[in-house]
Amino acid sequence: MEYTLFILLLPLCSFLLLGLLDSKISKTAAGIIGTMSLGAVTLLSYFTAFEYFTADRVNGVFEKVVPYNITWLPLGDLHFDMGILLDPISVMMLIVISTVSLMVHIYSFGYMKGERGFQRYYAFLSLFTMSMLGLVVATNIFQMYLFWELVGVSSYLLIGFYYTTPAAIAASKKAFIVTRFADMFFLVGILIYGYYCKSFGFDFNAEGFAAGAFMLPTALVLMFIGGAGKSAMFPLHIWLPDAMEGPTPVSALIHAATMVVAGVFQIARLFPLWIQYAPEAMTIVVWVGVITAFYAAAVACVQSDIKRVLAFSTISQIAFMMVALGVCLPGEHGAVIDNHASLGYMASMFHLFTHAMFKALLFLGAGCIIHAVHSNEMSAMGGLRKYMPITHITFLIACLAIAGIPPFSGFFSKDEILTACMHYSPVVGWIMTGVAAMTAFYMFRLYFGIFWGTENKELHAHHTPHEAPLAMTLPLMVLTCITLVAGFIPFGHFVSASGEAYDIHLDWTVAATSIVVAVVSIALATYIYAGSRQPVAEKLHDAYPRLHRWAFKRFYLDEVYQFVTHRIIFAYISRPIAWFDRNVVDGFFNFLAWGTHKLSHAIRGLQSGSVQLYAQVFLLGILVIILILIM
Amino acid sequence: MIQLEYLLIISAVMLFAGIYGFFTRKSTLAMLLSIELMLNAADINFAVFNRMLFPEGHEGYFFAIFGIAIAAAESAIAIAIMINIYRMLKNISVDELKKMKW
Amino acid sequence: MENILYLSTFVFIPLVMLLGLWLAKNVNQVRGVMVAGSTALLALAIHLTARFLGDRAAGETAEMLYTGAVSWFEPLNICYSVGVDGISVAMILLSAIIVFTGTFASWQLKPLTKEYFLWFTLLSMGVFGFFISIDMFAMFMFYEIALIPMYLLIGVWGSGKKEYSAMKLTLMLMGGSAFLMCGIFGIYFDAGASTMNILDIAKHGVALDNQYLWFPMTFVGFGVLGALFPFHTWSPDGHASAPTAVSMLHAGVLMKLGGYGCFRIAMYLMPQAAHELGWIFLILTGISVVYGAFSACVQTDLKYINAYSSVSHCGLVLFAILMMNETACTGAVLQMLSHGLMTALFFALIGFIYGRTHTRDIRELSGLMRIMPFLSVCYVIAGLANLGLPGLSGFVAEMTIFVGSFENTGTFYTTLTIIACTSIVVTAVYILRLVGKILYGTCTNEHHLHLTDATWDERFSVICLIACVAGLGIAPLWVSNLIGDGVAPIINQLDKFIVLNPFM
Repeated sequence: MEYTLFILLLPLCSFLLLGLLDSKISKTAAGIIGTMSLGAVTLLSYFTAFEYFTADRVNGVFEKVVPYNITWLPLGDLHFDMGILLDPISVMMLIVISTVSLMVHIYSFGYMKGERGFQRYYAFLSLFTMSMLGLVVATNIFQMYLFWELVGVSSYLLIGFYYTTPAAIAASKKAFIVTRFADMFFLVGILIYGYYCKSFGFDFNAEGFAAGAFMLPTALVLMFIGGAGKSAMFPLHIWLPDAMEGPTPVSALIHAATMVVAGVFQIARLFPLWIQYAPEAMTIVVWVGVITAFYAAAVACVQSDIKRVLAFSTISQIAFMMVALGVCLPGEHGAVIDNHASLGYMASMFHLFTHAMFKALLFLGAGCIIHAVHSNEMSAMGGLRKYMPITHITFLIACLAIAGIPPFSGFFSKDEILTACMHYSPVVGWIMTGVAAMTAFYMFRLYFGIFWGTENKELHAHHTPHEAPLAMTLPLMVLTCITLVAGFIPFGHFVSASGEAYDIHLDWTVAATSIVVAVVSIALATYIYAGSRQPVAEKLHDAYPRLHRWAFKRFYLDEVYQFVTHRIIFAYISRPIAWFDRNVVDGFFNFLAWGTHKLSHAIRGLQSGSVQLYAQVFLLGILVIILILIM
Repeated sequence: MIQLEYLLIISAVMLFAGIYGFFTRKSTLAMLLSIELMLNAADINFAVFNRMLFPEGHEGYFFAIFGIAIAAAESAIAIAIMINIYRMLKNISVDELKKMKW
Repeated sequence: MENILYLSTFVFIPLVMLLGLWLAKNVNQVRGVMVAGSTALLALAIHLTARFLGDRAAGETAEMLYTGAVSWFEPLNICYSVGVDGISVAMILLSAIIVFTGTFASWQLKPLTKEYFLWFTLLSMGVFGFFISIDMFAMFMFYEIALIPMYLLIGVWGSGKKEYSAMKLTLMLMGGSAFLMCGIFGIYFDAGASTMNILDIAKHGVALDNQYLWFPMTFVGFGVLGALFPFHTWSPDGHASAPTAVSMLHAGVLMKLGGYGCFRIAMYLMPQAAHELGWIFLILTGISVVYGAFSACVQTDLKYINAYSSVSHCGLVLFAILMMNETACTGAVLQMLSHGLMTALFFALIGFIYGRTHTRDIRELSGLMRIMPFLSVCYVIAGLANLGLPGLSGFVAEMTIFVGSFENTGTFYTTLTIIACTSIVVTAVYILRLVGKILYGTCTNEHHLHLTDATWDERFSVICLIACVAGLGIAPLWVSNLIGDGVAPIINQLDKFIVLNPFM
C-alpha cells in the first residue's frame, strides 16, 4: 500500500506551493489547488480503507501494515523513525480527517470569499491536514510527537489568521502556549518511555518492557497530560473556547476532526500499554474525563456566544471519549484485552467518528448563521428558520444526533459509552447520563435561541439574513447524510479493542434511560426557550444570579490562569531574574571594571610625568641596589 | 705622563656636574646639555681605560666613537622635539609641559 | 604537506581577501572581493564536507583526517598542525555559510565599508583557523585573532552604547582567554612538555592531580565565549550594539568556538577531571538554559531577547556536552549548527528591521506583517525554528539532546534534564509574545507605514539561511552521521575513566 505516502505528500506539496506562491496566484486558483489535493487525499484514504478492511483477517484481526518506515535520526541506541502505520484506528482516522477537511475546504470557498490572505488560508489548511494525517499514521511515539507539534503550530497559525485583531493574537498565543505546556509532559513521558523500554515503538511485547514496567505508568500518565492539553481536558481546556477567534471553518476542523481528538487518539494508540501495564492509572483518565464533561456541559448551558456553546460542547464530548477509554478493564479470562471488558475502546472510537461528523456539521452550520447575521451572539439571532431552511434542517439533525436521539449517529455511539461506563461503575455511569441530559438541554437551548424565539428585527432591518451559497450548504448536506447513516455502520467489525470483530448490541435498559433523559431535556429546553419570550429562563437567572455569573465567566478559570502567568511568572520569576542578571551578575563585572578604574585613579599620581623626579628615583634605586650588592 | 687618576677625576666631575644639572635645571635645553656632559664623561672613561690598561686594543675607542655618534643623534632629535614644542607652546620648561600628562 | 596546504586554504583565502580589500578602490570592488572570497570559502567548505564523507565512506578510520604539521617554534614545540574530524567539518561548513550570508547582510553598510570588511575578513580567518587547528597554541592564536576585530567592529560600526559594549565584550572574553592560556600551558607542561598537539596529548594524558586545576580553567576560559552562566553578561550588551553581520558571525560562529573548545580541549584532554568536576558545570549550564529563557521573557529590545535566547540555547550546548554520552554530544553539535544558523537568521532580520524602523523597542513596533511581509514571514519562521518546530533545525537538535541526556542514569541527571525541558515552554512564551507584539496587530506608528520590504541582497541572505535551517530540520541524518563520527572517539576517551560524581 505504498500509495499511502501520497496521503501525506499531497497536502505537504500543496502547502509549500501555496505558501511560496502566496499572492502570486489568484484566490480561486489557490482554493482549487488546495481543494483538489485534499480531494485526492480523501479518495486515497477511502481507497486505503477499502483495501485495508477488505483484506483477509489473520487470526481474526486486521494485520498492521507498515508500507514505509525509515530511520530519520539515530539517537544512540534508539532511533527516531518516520513511516506510515496502517491499523484499524489509523485508517478510521484517515477517513474522518480527510472527509471533514475536504468539507471544510469546500465550505471555505463560500465562507472566506473575498477575505484577504485567502491563499495563505488554504496553505495553512493543507499544513494542518497534513500534520494531523501524519500524526495518526505515526509508526512510533516520537513521530507522533513531531506531528503533534506541527498540529500545534498550524493551529496557532490558523487561529491567529486574522492577525490584526488583538483577540485572535491572544487566542492563538494561548492555544499554543497551553498545549505546549502540556507537550512538555508528553515529551518527558516519551523520554522516560524511550529510556526504559529501549524503543519508541508502540509494539508492546518487546523484552525491555519488563525492566521498565514500573516506570511505565508514570510515562503513560505524563503522556496523558500531553494528550489532555491537546484534547482540552480540565484544567488545560482554557485555550479551546478562545480558539474560535479563528475563521469558523477552522473551528470546525480543530474541534471536530483534528486537534482535539489527537489526545484521544494518543490514548487509544497506547491503549494496549495502558491496559496491560497501567490499568490502575486509568482511573485518572476516567475522573479527569468525568470532571471535564460535567464542567464543560455546565458552562455551555449559559453561554450566549454560539461558537462558545459549541466549543464547550466539544470539550464535553471529547471528555466522553476519554471516559470511555478510561473505563476499559482488563479481561478476566487470561486475555488481557477483551472486547467485552474493553467495550469503551470501541465506543470511544465510534463516538470519535460520529462526533467528528456532527460536530463539523454544527460548526459549519454556525458558520452559515454567522455569515448571515454577522454576529456570534445569540441576541442577534432568533427566528432564523424562515430565512435559512437548509441550515435549519441540518442543524436540527446535528442537534438531535448530539443529544442522542435514535436513529441519528450520536445515539449509537453515546449509548455504547454509557453502557461501558455503567459496566465500570454505576456512579460514573449515572454522572455521564446526567451530562448527556445536559448536552441535550444546552444544544436545544442553542437551537431554539437561533432558529426560534424572537427575531431581532432591529438588526435584520438593515440586512435580511439569507441562506448561504451552495459551496457552504453542500458540505452541510453531505455531513447530514453521514450523520443519518453513520449509526448503522457495524463499527465493531472494523475497530475494537482486541481487533477481533465485535457485534454492537444495544443494552436496552441503558438505551431506554438515555432516550428518556434526552427527550425530557429537550422538552425542558423547548418549554424554557422555544417561546418568543422566555419567562422561565429569566426567572432562573434572577433566582441564582451568582451561579449564572460564575458559569458564564467559566468559573473564572481563565482569570486564574491569567493571574498565574502574568502575576506570578512574569512578575515573580522573569522580572527578578532579569533584574538579577542586570544588577547582580552584570553588576559584578561592572564593579570589577569600576574597581580597576578607581584603583588606577588612585595610583596614577605616582606617574607625575616630571622627568627630574623620575631621575632622582632612578638614581636612588641604583644607590640602593649598589648598597645591597656591597653588603 | 698624565696619571690615570687625574683623568678619572675629570670624568667624575663631569658626570656629577651632569647629574646635578639634570636634576636641578628646569629648561629642557639645559637638561640636554647635562646629558651630554654625562655621556662625554663616559666616553672619556672608555678612552682612558683603553689607553691605560689595554694599549694594544681598540674596543674602548670604538665605544667612545659610538657614544659620540649616539650623543649627536640623540641631541639632534631632542633639539628637534624642543623646537617643535617651543613652536606650539612658546615654552620649553619641564614644569610647564603638561599637555600630554595623564 | 599536501594536507596542510589543502586545509590551510581556509586561512589563505581570507588572507588573499584582505589583500584584495586593501587594494580595492571603491565600494563595488570591495563587494566584488567579498562575494568572490566568501563564495570560494563556501565552495571549499562544501568540497571539504563531500571529500570528508567520501573518504569516511571509503574506510578512512583515523580520528582526524588530512592531518599535517609544520614546526613553528621549536623551543616550545609549537607546531602549525591541522586536521579535521566530523565536528570541525560541520563547524567549518557553518562558518562558511554564515560568512557568505553575512556578506550579503551587510551589503549596504556605510560608512567605512572597506575597513569594515577588512576586519570582518580577519575575524573569519581567525574562526576558520581555529577549526582547522589541532595544535593548542595555534588554536589559541586563531582564537585571539577572532576576538580582537570584534572590538573594533562593535566600537566603530555599532549602535547604542557601543563603546561600553565593545569594551565589556572584549575585556570579558580576554579575561576568559587569560584563563585559557594558563590552562593550555598547564596542560602542555603536565603532559610532558613535548608537544602541543591535541591528539598526542590525548594519548599521553595529563597528570591526574593537575587536571583539577586545568580543567576548570580551560572550561571557564572557553565557557565565557559559550555564554556560560555567570559569565554571559557580555552577550546581551555585545549583541545589542553590534552591527548586523557581526552579530550574525558572533552568535552564529564565535560562540560556537566556546562549545567546540570545551569539548575538544577541556573534556577530551582531561577526562577524569571532566567526570569528577563536570557536575558543577552541569548545574551552571542547567541554570543558563532556564535562566536565559526566563530573562528573555521580559526584555523589550529585540536584540536583548535574542541574546538571552542565545544564552539559553548555548547553555543547552554545554549542558549536552557535559552529559558525556554520544547521543547528547551529537545533539550538542547539532545544536551548535542549528543555533548558529537560526540566530544568524534572527540577527539578520532584526538588523534589517532596525535599519528601517530605527528602533528595536518592541513597545514601539507593531503590525509589521502588513508593512514588510517578507521580513515578517521570515521572522515568524525564525521564531518557530527557535521554539523547536519540527521540520526546522531546532527540533532535531533539542530532541537529540534530551534523549541523550536521558540516557544517563541517576536522579541528578534526570532532574536536570526535566528542568532543561521546561525551557521549551518558556521559549514558546517569549517568541510568541514577540511575534504577537511586533508583527501582528495594526501598525500604530505612522512613520512606519511607508517602509519598504527587503531588498534583493537581504532576501538572498535570509533565504539561504532559511534553506539551511529547513535542510537540517528535514534531513538530519547525514549531518548527524557526520558529527557522530567525530564525537565517538572523544566519548571513548571519556568513557575510559570511571565516574566519581558525588551525586551518583
